[in-house]
Amino acid sequence: MAEPILALKNVTKHFGENTVLDDIDLSVHQGEVIVIVGPSGCGKSTLLRCVNALEPIQGGEIYLNDEKIDIKSKKLANLRQKIGMVFQSYELFPHLTVLENIVLAPTKVQKRKKEEVQQEALALLGRVGLLGKEGSYARQLSGGQKQRVAIVRALCMHPEILLFDEVTAALDPEMVREVLDVMLNLAAQGRTMIIVTHEMQFAKAVADRIIFLDGGKVLEDTKPEVFFEAPKTERARQFLSMFEFNVVKSQVEKVSS
Amino acid sequence: MGITIAILLGFICAMIQYYKVPILKRVVSVYIELSRNTPLLVQLFFIYYGLPKIGIQTNAEICGIAGLAFLGGSYMAEAFRSGLEAVDSIQTESALSLGMSNYQTMAYVVLPQAISVSIPAFMANIIFLMKETSVFSAISLMDLMFTAKDLIGLYYKTTESLFLLVVFYLIILLPISILGSLLERRLRHAGFGS
Amino acid sequence: MLDLGLEVLSKGNNMLRLLGGLWVALKISLLSVGISIALGILLGALMTWKNPVTKAILRVYLEFIRIMPQLVLLFLVYFGTTKAFGWDLTGEMAAIIVFVLWGTAEMSDLVRGALISIPRHQYESSEALGLTREQIYFYIIIPQALRRLIPLSINLITRMIKTTSLILMIGVVEILKVAQQIIEANRMSSPNAAFGIYLTVFILYFIACWPISMIAKHLERKWR
Repeated sequence: MAEPILALKNVTKHFGENTVLDDIDLSVHQGEVIVIVGPSGCGKSTLLRCVNALEPIQGGEIYLNDEKIDIKSKKLANLRQKIGMVFQSYELFPHLTVLENIVLAPTKVQKRKKEEVQQEALALLGRVGLLGKEGSYARQLSGGQKQRVAIVRALCMHPEILLFDEVTAALDPEMVREVLDVMLNLAAQGRTMIIVTHEMQFAKAVADRIIFLDGGKVLEDTKPEVFFEAPKTERARQFLSMFEFNVVKSQVEKVSS
Repeated sequence: MGITIAILLGFICAMIQYYKVPILKRVVSVYIELSRNTPLLVQLFFIYYGLPKIGIQTNAEICGIAGLAFLGGSYMAEAFRSGLEAVDSIQTESALSLGMSNYQTMAYVVLPQAISVSIPAFMANIIFLMKETSVFSAISLMDLMFTAKDLIGLYYKTTESLFLLVVFYLIILLPISILGSLLERRLRHAGFGS
Repeated sequence: MLDLGLEVLSKGNNMLRLLGGLWVALKISLLSVGISIALGILLGALMTWKNPVTKAILRVYLEFIRIMPQLVLLFLVYFGTTKAFGWDLTGEMAAIIVFVLWGTAEMSDLVRGALISIPRHQYESSEALGLTREQIYFYIIIPQALRRLIPLSINLITRMIKTTSLILMIGVVEILKVAQQIIEANRMSSPNAAFGIYLTVFILYFIACWPISMIAKHLERKWR
């Protein structure tokens, strides 16, 4: 097997007394789509934030293409360019238009030509169905539109790997789909992605591998078919049963009859 | 002039506090507490009459500018600081995750937002400082108040000179005050945010 | 050794006299604050009424007082009334009048701000719970408004205390005036007294105001 793009080795993270990530090992290969699931507070989002060095880690190492990601490193900004991240709360820059939002980092950070980046940005906006919105401000867009812009903003930096942190959690149900479709498309193009999500149907459809995280530990790391049909651990079974309503319903029927 | 220095001083102080520069941070917070909790007049008296005694020479004008900068700096610092605090930390994170350096994040993402948040407080401070200039006559600066006092002394025309004084102040301060409240309303109306 | 002129302080009852001056300043500001708070709450509540005439009058009053420097107001009241109505106000009286006028204006604006900052649905949801009008104000609105109001009004007190330094200009013998007198009196024996005395005044004001602003800051943080 080829060398992994991203490798986490024995990563440990504490918030004060709390251990949030406990000895995590994970490697991600070119073109892989990894979906991380688990109950709230299990450390999913923290894991992504550590990969992007937004949080310091207390133990272990994270490598991107054999380069160590270190929060104190001078080359950190360089490494971050190769990692695209999309947040739950979109975080478009409110004082800039859609196009300015997308073009800012490529022109200022990568010093690319403005015309070239603008063209690419418009092409990408077209691909996510937002052509014509480039002059709008974030406050004039719906949540789903904002999130698609945020994805384009990350893509325009030509990252080698994309991180999605519960990107549909703040959206109205009818907007979830438009964002998920964009992500499915990216997966189909062979992008390398790590996705944290609560949308189990989507996870099943998009993932090459499912990671089940609980209590800061990787409890399962397996193919989606296996995870959803025959989870190995009791915790995972419990977790999955929270998304099922037929059990409750049959109990209600029992009581009423 | 004093106000310009005050803005600069305030900006520097706010930056120091924002980035939590080790020792300077302490110095800044002592300065802010000192200058906010003492009256301008007392600060001026100290600078004008007190400092020369230990060998620091000042004249009325420098003293006025220094006093205004000393007082205004802390108010401006607070205005900037609250503006900076209003920018969500995850905005900074999303800029960093795009590979921007700390400087780029500050210049392109945080500052533009922070400044528009702090404009109303800014305007209020400028008005406040302009009002405080009336205090300067106490240290014989040629200020409106001072001229008025002179006129009262010269001609005993209290009412007229007082009236003129009030009119002058209104001419200077009303436009700023109106501009300030207009800006405030506009900003609130066009409020950023999702 | 640099002569800082601090020895003048220990001479006779100079320190006591300075403290006495500070007391005059504090007395005037506390008295004015008391009256201002009472009047300010009344006016502030009036400002939230729908009546356009009262609203307009109060608005003009507020803007006028706010825009005028306090020193101008002090002169207007102290000299102006003598001239216009032949009143002979003492400096202290004039100071209290001005501070009450100013404090009331500021306070009413704070009260208005606190009242309108309470979101509409707070009223609506209390109505939905079946509370009466009085109950809504007493249990829901006033407690919330107070929390926003108290730190701000405490700040107003420190602003008043600081502004009292201006009243020496209309001849009230407060701390700065006392300081000037002491410096005058000791001109020969200790020429550097200005430094030490004004430094002391500076510190005394700080000691008077700083704890009050700390309390305000603390409450603000606690109740946010």
